[in-house]
Amino acid sequence: MKRVLTVVFFCMLWSFAAAKVEVVEFSDPEDSKRYKTLIKELRCMVCQNQNIASSNADLAKDLRQQVYQRIANGETNEQIVAFMVARYGDFVLYKPPLNAKTSLLWLGPFVLLIVAVSVMIILIRKRKIQTTSDIDDEEIDRVRRLLDNNK
Amino acid sequence: MLRSLLPLALFVLLIGFLAAGLNLNPREVPSPLVGRPAPQFLLKQLHEIDKTLGPADLKGKVWVLNVWASWCVSCRAEHPILNAWSSDKNLFLIGLNYKDAQNDALQWLRRLGNPYTYSVVDRDGRVGLDWGVYGVPESFVIDKKGIIRYKHIGPITMEDLNSILKPLLAELEGESA
Repeated sequence: MKRVLTVVFFCMLWSFAAAKVEVVEFSDPEDSKRYKTLIKELRCMVCQNQNIASSNADLAKDLRQQVYQRIANGETNEQIVAFMVARYGDFVLYKPPLNAKTSLLWLGPFVLLIVAVSVMIILIRKRKIQTTSDIDDEEIDRVRRLLDNNK
Repeated sequence: MLRSLLPLALFVLLIGFLAAGLNLNPREVPSPLVGRPAPQFLLKQLHEIDKTLGPADLKGKVWVLNVWASWCVSCRAEHPILNAWSSDKNLFLIGLNYKDAQNDALQWLRRLGNPYTYSVVDRDGRVGLDWGVYGVPESFVIDKKGIIRYKHIGPITMEDLNSILKPLLAELEGESA
């Protein structure tokens, strides 16, 4: 059993190695860092729920190659992102920009939070009013008289 | 009464949103290129490799760019519809053979019929990248001024052809260059 598990384990190691993306080398470690961040922030349009760093799709490979070449040519991150957005739209970004189209996406959660908090405040206030109005002065007097009679 | 109906109303609203979401196709990402000038290219033609073709040669014409490959399964489903469409005399259909081997592409057209007015070869997918292609087949409609007016993602069906593409082309033909 142990031996089987060991074999399975090494098979898994192999598949991880196969899924790895091609090796790229930069002379400047700063560029290498930029490359890694950029390919993490760009979506693979074919597989949609993966970034181009983790995708094996052919298009993801092309896009990684583009990012690599553009960094090597001295383009800034903004220029590279603009290149991708011009072709594939904002959807290619994992971090969508705040604009008129995405305002609902960005502001929606805050609007919902405000609505929820307001509803909560209204409900709590209502309950308070109810508890204070349950017993009026007349009843308190009656309770006092009853207690006094027992003395 | 109203109070007890409120959760039900919210539930129905939620179901409505979910139903609408389920009916959307996540593959159909709106292209930022619609309404923009068609990206330029100059590519070798598939049948005559010493000749080139690009959007500049097609200025003043309404044309359709169909991105396809012989390895693409949905392209096979689309092909008979393109063949039927190609009998329209006014149609200017350019095939962009995307990341394909020349022999495979030529054989495909010989066997299944060639609906294209011209075919151009994008061997490494560089032009496809400029056009924002992320899946084949994709089709673009370009007007007389060279502006992309419509993008169709995925295989064109007979219904797409009759209800969207043909009326659009007729409308664009009427525009001045």
